[in-house]
Amino acid sequence: MREEPQILQRADFGALFTALQSRGFTVVGPTVVDQAIVYEELDSVEDLPIGWTDEQDAGRYRLRRRDDEALFGYVVGPQSWKQFFHPPHVKLFGASRDREGALRFESSNEETPRFAFLGARSCELHGMAIQDRVFLGSGYVDSEYAGRRENSFTIAVNCGQAGGTCFCTSMNTGPKVDAGIPHDLALTEILDEERHYFVVTVGSEAGRELLSELPTVPAAGPETRAADELVAKTAREMGRTMNPKGVKELLYQNLEHPRWEELADRCLTCANCTMVCPTCFCTTVEDVTDLTGENAERWRRWDSCFTIDFSYLHGGSVRQSAKSRYRQWLTHKFATWQDQFGSSGCVGCGRCITWCPVGIDVTEEIAAIREEP
Amino acid sequence: MKGEGKSKQKLAVWKFASCDGCQLSLLDCEDEILAVSEAIEIANFPEATRRVLPGPYDLSLVEGSITSQHDAERIRQVRAESEYLITIGACATAGGIQALRNYRDVREMASVVYASPQYLDTLETSTAISDHVPVDFELRGCPVNKQQLLEVILAFLHRRKPNIATHSVCVECKLRGNVCVMTAHGTPCLGPVTQAGCGAICPAYDRGCYGCFGPMETPNTAALTAQWKAMGVSDPDILRAYRSFNGYAEAFKTEAEKHE
Repeated sequence: MREEPQILQRADFGALFTALQSRGFTVVGPTVVDQAIVYEELDSVEDLPIGWTDEQDAGRYRLRRRDDEALFGYVVGPQSWKQFFHPPHVKLFGASRDREGALRFESSNEETPRFAFLGARSCELHGMAIQDRVFLGSGYVDSEYAGRRENSFTIAVNCGQAGGTCFCTSMNTGPKVDAGIPHDLALTEILDEERHYFVVTVGSEAGRELLSELPTVPAAGPETRAADELVAKTAREMGRTMNPKGVKELLYQNLEHPRWEELADRCLTCANCTMVCPTCFCTTVEDVTDLTGENAERWRRWDSCFTIDFSYLHGGSVRQSAKSRYRQWLTHKFATWQDQFGSSGCVGCGRCITWCPVGIDVTEEIAAIREEP
Repeated sequence: MKGEGKSKQKLAVWKFASCDGCQLSLLDCEDEILAVSEAIEIANFPEATRRVLPGPYDLSLVEGSITSQHDAERIRQVRAESEYLITIGACATAGGIQALRNYRDVREMASVVYASPQYLDTLETSTAISDHVPVDFELRGCPVNKQQLLEVILAFLHRRKPNIATHSVCVECKLRGNVCVMTAHGTPCLGPVTQAGCGAICPAYDRGCYGCFGPMETPNTAALTAQWKAMGVSDPDILRAYRSFNGYAEAFKTEAEKHE
């Protein structure tokens, strides 16, 4: 889908909201809540984190004021978009018993929302593509996920800066939104001495249709060069790096590396890393009953390989120790995921590093395992 | 539902050393309490009704800790009369805030507080119900969460496993969409070592977790303490954080002792 990039002026950005809303989309994007940039439903451009940025390091996130009025001048926050495709709680079905004692099952018939995602980063698009393989691939389709994904519209943003825990260049997932990764439109935000504008590229037919309604003009050479240079600068500023070479074999060969034991001393097994990960998808199922015992519901909710119950089999949990649980997560993310789904499970967004309360850093752990014990 | 009473299972609610807050959680189930009383016979619940039916009881909910010889004997009687015994709240499961006495000379404290301490008949310690009799299930919280309390009663009625998670509060924060107060605000929080169940109320209102639901399934208090120290929290403050409502629960007790 090659065509000339367009320029959308900051002053005209509201037209994007209007165009999305007139098509029946609920716009979801970044906004400031409780001293962090989170993804929520937005009414207008004023809801965006105008003039805010974030500082990130292992176990540390701080919201900071920028000295400009950038709309997307931050990196990524605590949440990923998965909460909108793969919600934390989903009712799977209800069942009731009639007077004759026969069971009646009802599927959950909630209307599938139509979300427009504004501000998704390249690493996050890769996260969605990975979850697509999990939920839509291999013949077993998750209908809840499929419906939400099918109904969505995605406006990506090329990163204008890298965060302290970013390592997308190591994982080959960013910071530039490649044409090959599914999205509808991609924006690059440019602020210079005099101007504030967005270079817009098209990623899909739906994106082209929407763009045709926006007050844009074709981008000139200096403008597209400015956009390319900005993303290239971001790529040079990664806060973390990780050598992904042979990581699958590395982990398979080091299941008894002393580093796992040492890690277990620091790991809280609190599950934060899995909750914030844009690709972690595990759930548990809970049945609830009412007082009469005539009505029941089955709910699915996010679970984590860091909980004891997660590996509960007859007789007890298989992964009792923190060592075994951390090793399970890390080897799945970087190694067995490749065998299972054909790619790494990590997109280098750095959330598991930033939001670990004690700042455990996957890039550091893999580097330590790479060193001889 | 008249005429069905005889076939209904009998519920008893017992109070030991406690503030009554957990029993109030049951009364607080305003929308559900009538349905509860239709599904199960409330046979002994002095806080709700003066009508007391004799035992044995199918289900006993026990609130409070054991702080006197009289209560140590009474709990054995309750156990003997109950098919299932479920403790509710931090007092019954860990000794409660009154277990702070376990670190002091009770006689000396009594002499300061009471004009005539010679009339007091009290034990040196406040201990959990499970230290005295076998317990079938322990429901955490200070106070318990009323939805969890209903879930336990429902699970008992239908003889299924209750959906009571034992993982960290962090999971509830993330399910709810809370921003982490520790990572984003620098607020010390006990959430990573505390069992879920409250719905992550405090972090939702910009406060660190106080540990009301006691230690989670595999609490790594040493690692959390190391991080608190890096954030500048002092030993006395760490001691106070762990030695509160669930201060006599093993994991919190052991961690607190390191900071005396």
